[in-house]
Amino acid sequence: MAIFSVYVVNKAGGLIYQLDSYAPRAEAEKTFSYPLDLLLKLHDERVLVAFGQRDGIRVGHAVLAINGVDVNGKYTADGKEVLEYLGNPANYPVSIRFGRPRLTSNEKLMLASMFHSLFAIGSQLSPEQSSSGIEMLETDTFKLHCFQTLTGIKFVVLADPRQAGIDSLLRKIYEIYSDFALKNPFYSLEMPIRCELFDQNLKLALEVAEKAGTFGPGS
Amino acid sequence: MTVHNLYLFDRNGVCLHYSEWHRKKQAGIPKEEEYKLMYGMLFSIRSFVSKMSPLDMKDGFLAFQTSRYKLHYYETPTGIKVVMNTDLGVGPIRDVLHHIYSALYVELVVKNPLCPLGQTVQSELFRSRLDSYVRSLPFFSARAG
Repeated sequence: MAIFSVYVVNKAGGLIYQLDSYAPRAEAEKTFSYPLDLLLKLHDERVLVAFGQRDGIRVGHAVLAINGVDVNGKYTADGKEVLEYLGNPANYPVSIRFGRPRLTSNEKLMLASMFHSLFAIGSQLSPEQSSSGIEMLETDTFKLHCFQTLTGIKFVVLADPRQAGIDSLLRKIYEIYSDFALKNPFYSLEMPIRCELFDQNLKLALEVAEKAGTFGPGS
Repeated sequence: MTVHNLYLFDRNGVCLHYSEWHRKKQAGIPKEEEYKLMYGMLFSIRSFVSKMSPLDMKDGFLAFQTSRYKLHYYETPTGIKVVMNTDLGVGPIRDVLHHIYSALYVELVVKNPLCPLGQTVQSELFRSRLDSYVRSLPFFSARAG
């Protein structure tokens, strides 16, 4: 059980804080000989598997490392272009690590504002009077919990579906936000939160919630 | 516990069927617009969820809830989407939505040569069987008729 990440979205839908607390590793490393029996494609400045799902390598996974050297976007850490390198028979055999592509900060920004609009549509399509927006969204791999304050700030927590006690965690994060961001004289409202105390206390609260959630009351 | 309404979409976003039981509030827009908005929201949620997920997903998006209702979602590999809005007390109802697809939609619409696919379902039999199935569900209460 775990808490994956925390997002804070301001009332205009802008992402003002994001923290990745725990990312489960689903990676597969394999040694290949020429020719490569996977079809790789460049998508959004990343090298993704387009065809040839096998051995834990799935379509949509990105190339994370080649021969132990990390890959950033379409280049390896030592500056070689991934597709060009893999197209050259002289470089084989080669060991490639695949995994789910990690979110870039741009994507996080986009997803936060996307959730902001989904939240509003969720309340508009309600079959009942005076409904809030999305408070909890459930999938088979994670649950997203959202708490909107009266001032319109949204705290979003992504957690394991079995993790309990997220509701109280969301209120605790609001408290930490009020204490360490709002009361910080150098913090300007609606702007990205860069406060050391906020960071520290948030991490502490996440740790406590992860431990307490395993046997605490249901969220 | 109650069932508010049910939407059935095909892979292109055409609303194949809509029915409502205990719906207290309309969206305030024409029905056609509402279907589009609902489909658009589900489409975005699907892409949102697949990007956000820390692991590879099998079933993907299952349900969301607000302070007043819960939306249950079921999608078949062919892209048919069954969406049911209930109140908050209803647990996972994947099997119910699957039953609506497999025992009602497939049996009465797909296997019916008089029902053209990709259009609103006209079949009276499908409507009435669906209605009686939903009314027979354990979490469908007669509250407010």
